[in-house]
Amino acid sequence: MIQINKLHKSYKMGSSSLHVLKGINLSVEDGELVAIMGSSGSGKSTLLNIIGMLDILDTGTYELDDVLIEDLDETKAAKYRNQFLGFVFQSFNLINYKTALENVSLPLYYQGINRKERQEKALKYLASVGLADWATHLPSELSGGQKQRVAIARALASEPKLLLADEPTGALDTQTSYEVMDIIQKINQQGKTILVVTHEEDIAQMCKRIVRLKDGVIIEDVKVNQVLAEQYV
Amino acid sequence: MFSRDRWQEIFETIRKNKLRTFLSGFTVALGILIFIILFGFGNGLKNTFKEFFLDDATNTLYLFAGKTSKPYKGFKANRRIEFKNDDLKDIKEIFPFYLDYITPRISRGASVRYKNEFDNYTTRAIAPDHQFAEKTIMMSGRYINELDIQNKSKHAVIGRLVARDLFKQEDPLGKFIDVGNSVFKVVGVFQDDGGDNEERFIYIPYTTRQSLEKGNDKLDQIIVAFRPELGHTGAVAFERQLRTFFKEKKSIDPTDPSGIFIRNVADQLKQNQQFANVLQLIVTFVGLGTLIAGIIGISNIMVFVVKERTKELGIRKALGATPKSVIQMILQESIFITTISGYVGMGVGILILNNIGESLEDYFIKNPYIDMETALFSTLILILFGGIAGYIPAKRAASIKPIVALRDE
Repeated sequence: MIQINKLHKSYKMGSSSLHVLKGINLSVEDGELVAIMGSSGSGKSTLLNIIGMLDILDTGTYELDDVLIEDLDETKAAKYRNQFLGFVFQSFNLINYKTALENVSLPLYYQGINRKERQEKALKYLASVGLADWATHLPSELSGGQKQRVAIARALASEPKLLLADEPTGALDTQTSYEVMDIIQKINQQGKTILVVTHEEDIAQMCKRIVRLKDGVIIEDVKVNQVLAEQYV
Repeated sequence: MFSRDRWQEIFETIRKNKLRTFLSGFTVALGILIFIILFGFGNGLKNTFKEFFLDDATNTLYLFAGKTSKPYKGFKANRRIEFKNDDLKDIKEIFPFYLDYITPRISRGASVRYKNEFDNYTTRAIAPDHQFAEKTIMMSGRYINELDIQNKSKHAVIGRLVARDLFKQEDPLGKFIDVGNSVFKVVGVFQDDGGDNEERFIYIPYTTRQSLEKGNDKLDQIIVAFRPELGHTGAVAFERQLRTFFKEKKSIDPTDPSGIFIRNVADQLKQNQQFANVLQLIVTFVGLGTLIAGIIGISNIMVFVVKERTKELGIRKALGATPKSVIQMILQESIFITTISGYVGMGVGILILNNIGESLEDYFIKNPYIDMETALFSTLILILFGGIAGYIPAKRAASIKPIVALRDE
């Protein structure tokens, strides 16, 4: 699914430059659930942004589903994001004036799917995260966990090849975090490839593989025995 | 542009962001409203001005006779010069090239009576062409005609206010009024744009006046109209030739400044026109100023709107919105709002102007109006600049990286 070779990324900070990623090699197979761990400043979010095409790499290669991602302009990136990727953010990033259903159907709008089909599909995905009854509610009327579930439904609605979650439980309490992880695990069990950035050890243990970053390099890459979140729910 | 889906998306955004929509719409509507009203007031001012100064025909020369100030050809100074009927004939015969029409005028005050109502009015003894010189408008009946002149008939045409004062509700046509010591039959009632005083005159045939004054053939004044196509230069030439002709005919020293006086309306007209042009300039300036203020207002609102939506745009981009679709969305929405509210503002402005009518006449604003072309054009300009003002921040927002936009709080 993902092939990353000798990836480097640095940010210009005035006159000096900050070397954030220093030669990352990473390969992720279909159906994996990978936790990317590291303290803040380790480069984990930068790596996710590059994989998510929200940012561009300096040197190295990045292949997604056997497509070499290069020469990204905003239009091309938007197309790839829409086709390949689903995002879940720490701060949910729902559009606050749109209902849960409208939020979920938004990526489908950008895929050019007609309104009726959009609504049907969106409702289906809302139901899959257990929020069918909340379809007409605005984000402000939902709890944090519900918001994140709407965001997950929205990420899934476009049927992406890869789901990227940036600290999906960062703004949630432990109990709600486990509920969200339960949903993520179930999606993974249906065969979806998922990358989760986190700094919480218990969340990482709920994935199938942990990649640890420190100072821009991978220091550990291990398969783990997945802890099922279901038992805590 | 006409995708039904995109319109639906836009309507949804508008419906769910009523305050924002109202603010930007209100700015545009107010901008165009103020422009229309100010421009209309300017035009109203011009109307008043025109009414004051440009009510009479503008291609006329007024000839007066006075006393000479120099002795000449055996005549003493201080001799009174008078126009006679044959002067009319001479002008017609000698200056056909210049002449449009000609009419004498003899003004006399008189006490006028109908039944128990009476008042003092000025009678003007004239020829039929006088109607053109004063731009007299007939309300009912007819003006003095050629037959009245030939028959020296005792027919009178009275002003609207004379009719109102003397006849009250009665129809004056065919009734008889006492003018001085003679009885005249009212054959017409007129109105005049030149104000109330102009509507207190009574017109009678000049031949009738002459026969009442012991059958003389003296004229107070001669009003000569030149052909408009001659223009100002032609009028000046005509004036010079008329002066030379009459000085010769009436034996006045060619260097004598008195004796014959000619008032050229064209000269006056030129000054008045200049004043009107300055007025027009002020109106245009004020209009442009308001329009620019409106454009600045819209630009501010657009910058604010796009700024407020930065995060939303970042989310949309993360979900697959291309920069083009982001720009299109913002532009289409802003142009939609500006168009609707622009035309609403325009309509309200025109409605207000129409309702003002003559109610602000005391402030020298009469019948303020704006021609449809200017109204539509300025509204279009506002919409266009609203679009440009929206495009620049929209383009910037569309080119921000989604991660940066998402961080925006």
